Amino acid sequence: MSEKKKEDKASIKISPKLLELLRKFQEVELEDVDIEIGDLEFWVQPAVAVPPPPKVVAPPPPKVKPTTILEEAFIPPIEEYPGSVLEVKLVVIGGATSPAFYMFENPPSHPPTVTLDVFDMKVPLPKAIRMHVEDVMEDTAAWAKLAVDKFGAEMVTVHLVSTDPLIKDTSPVDASKTIEEVLQAVDVPLIVGGCGDPKKDAAVFKKVSEVAQGERVVLSSLTLDMAEAGILDDVANAAKDNGHVVLAFTALELNQAKELNRRLYEFLPKDSVVMDLTTAALGYGLEYSFTIHERARIAALMGDQELQHPVLSGTTNSWAAREAWLKMGPKWEPRVLRGPIWETVTALVLLLAGVDLFMMMHPAAVKTMKEVVRQLMSTGKAKSEKIADWVTVKI
Amino acid sequence: MTEREIKKSIKELSPIDVYMLLPKTNCKDCGEANCMAFATKVVNREISIEQCPPILEKEYEEAYKKLQEILAPAIKEITIGTGNHAVKIGGKLVMYRHEFTYHNPTPIAIEVTDEMPEEKLLEKVKTVENFSYNYIGREVNLDMIAVRSTSNDPTTFKSVMEKVAGATMLPLVLCTFNPNVMEAGLVTVRDRRPLIYAATKDNWKDMAELSLMYDCPLTVFAPNNLKLLRSLAKTLIEYGVENLVLDPGTLTDEGLSDTINNFTMVRRNACNKEDKLLAFPLIGTPITAWIGEKAPEEMLAWKEAYVASMLMSRYADLLIMHSLDGWVQLPTVIWRFNIYTDPRKPVAVESGLRVFGEPDENSPLLLTTNYALTYFTVEADIKSAKLNCYLLVVDTEGISVESAVAGRYLTAEKTADTIKKSGIEQKVKHKHLIIPGMAARLSGEIEDLTGWRVLVGPRDSSGIPKLLNEKWPPKEE
Repeated sequence: MSEKKKEDKASIKISPKLLELLRKFQEVELEDVDIEIGDLEFWVQPAVAVPPPPKVVAPPPPKVKPTTILEEAFIPPIEEYPGSVLEVKLVVIGGATSPAFYMFENPPSHPPTVTLDVFDMKVPLPKAIRMHVEDVMEDTAAWAKLAVDKFGAEMVTVHLVSTDPLIKDTSPVDASKTIEEVLQAVDVPLIVGGCGDPKKDAAVFKKVSEVAQGERVVLSSLTLDMAEAGILDDVANAAKDNGHVVLAFTALELNQAKELNRRLYEFLPKDSVVMDLTTAALGYGLEYSFTIHERARIAALMGDQELQHPVLSGTTNSWAAREAWLKMGPKWEPRVLRGPIWETVTALVLLLAGVDLFMMMHPAAVKTMKEVVRQLMSTGKAKSEKIADWVTVKI
Repeated sequence: MTEREIKKSIKELSPIDVYMLLPKTNCKDCGEANCMAFATKVVNREISIEQCPPILEKEYEEAYKKLQEILAPAIKEITIGTGNHAVKIGGKLVMYRHEFTYHNPTPIAIEVTDEMPEEKLLEKVKTVENFSYNYIGREVNLDMIAVRSTSNDPTTFKSVMEKVAGATMLPLVLCTFNPNVMEAGLVTVRDRRPLIYAATKDNWKDMAELSLMYDCPLTVFAPNNLKLLRSLAKTLIEYGVENLVLDPGTLTDEGLSDTINNFTMVRRNACNKEDKLLAFPLIGTPITAWIGEKAPEEMLAWKEAYVASMLMSRYADLLIMHSLDGWVQLPTVIWRFNIYTDPRKPVAVESGLRVFGEPDENSPLLLTTNYALTYFTVEADIKSAKLNCYLLVVDTEGISVESAVAGRYLTAEKTADTIKKSGIEQKVKHKHLIIPGMAARLSGEIEDLTGWRVLVGPRDSSGIPKLLNEKWPPKEE
């Protein structure tokens, strides 16, 4: 049997096994939510798909010490995956056919993208960020323009926080006007963020969908809470009728992410769904986000169709960490670097976990992110002579 | 049975596999109820097989050998340093964190050189030793000193090694490609079991001899050349060196992609392809961000900081770094702490009432969510200020305060419900509830629904002691 055929056979075997595993865990979940995380670790093992490896026989006990280097080959450990991640057209994101930046296997189909946050009212921001946007905080369109022209945003996220009934309760009509102004001001795809109140968000998203017809904005976000309140259908339909994309938000729980996606499939084409699996800040749960993104991506590649969507990270959440903004004494200064490095590290570890789209804020973090993505997108540029003698270099 | 069949993947290993090889006498000498309970703990890596006294006896020699084999990690565990000051690196069982908890948190070695002025050298060593940050009630530290010979002079290196060894008990990395310089250093600190950095294609034979003579682990350095890395590993193993550490080279900037790929390929080969030549810990050197670049220092430190976290996410088992700046090391040590936690640890803690210190009927009542990291942060702040108080933990389904308020996971209804169930109304005689600053907009609703007066606390729990100092007890209106 050829190698290729063997692997095909292997992949056919996996899918039922995977489904069986998933079914099992969904049952467990109903009984006891606490068990779930412990059990989920066995969810999808990339090792399952590995064709029997070429045997490396342990070297026999040394008889004669070698006098010259014993030449060995290196074979890149390439695997094949039954699944891949869907592409969603905004600027195109997603399309992964391997874990993130496994350049030796399959390079990313599209480079990960950065969207910058702007708000529809003056909001409290850490000083390190505020100093860069102070002049535009009361003009959403100008803020968006600054994000694109000066900070290199590839997309812009407009957070309609003022629509919150507990803040200004801005009406859907007025909120839509803000979106129209931003659409006029910038020429990049938009994400439209709600306030988090399911009912209000549904009303705002419906109105915005109509006003922005054909602009293919991303509605951020649709949740299981909306489904529970019976208002998901309306919003999803509005998105579909007007050609938009939805962000499916769940809180660090893959079974919920799958459930929400299943609900959305009833209304929307699959290439109009992006997932937000929740980004916790470095020091405040980033490891949960990192691991859930790795798991989700591997599951998608192994053939779990309900997870084959590009993923978004609300990386700006990194500023919720006190270490990003708190005055901590001279040892930990300057804060103007500590804050943005917090956002940068949060972004970059999630980049390696497979995130496709990053909501960010600090100009230095955005700049680093774009630069690292550019560097990671191509291999073979290493100049090893540069570090060949690093131990003796004076710094 | 083939070797493949015997050595099940760590994820497939069941307690039965271990149990079958145990004495099965239920002697309880290990402290467990029976052999099956012991086997379960062994599989979960909560107890080592050596805790079973009978298995170490001659009678079970073969079973013990088999157990060691089936329990061996994919990546060899290497010890650097001795006694209480030793660090272990590697020992990884799996490639991905969700498969099994990562073992042996990546030690961070801070670099000094043998040409630094003595005062600066000792000051840097001391700063490394004293580096400490209290993170959710746990102390995080830096771990090792790496001494580079920039002089390339044996006498100079020897004398500096004496000074460093005299100044710190932290485990050491000796960095030079010159075997004569290396030996001068090793002679001085031979009893400290330092890591030798490094064997290359040019000096491997001399370095192998030193590694064997001084019984110290040896790094193999083959920058951006995995074929050479494997060849050198093979050669050194044949030479008799068992404790290797692999350095495929760390290139920042344009080489970053190759670096990340090299680390990933090495680890996948070791974990999933049974490549014994690459089944050793990986060493990353973010310090190379400082090499050959003309840029402001903070730009280089910035690069070093993010490369460190990226390499830790992609399998570095040891890091050598230059910058000691707090803003560089803080994200690094916290990310290290984070990814080495048990991935099965729940995101949420139990809701309900927590008691701190010895509160009485006049003590303050605070409120937070049941997101684990929020809770531990608040808990650590209360404990470090030695406050006597009650803390009401609302079930927000493991969501932090700000998101919980926005997403309606933290509401006046839930707060009222938690107050009622907690029995706090029988424990205090006041009716003042302190809520997080980020939940300020719920004040009115909570007051209306519960009849409790709301005192809005700080946006960050570090401000709780100050708030209580200034506003507790509250003035009755």
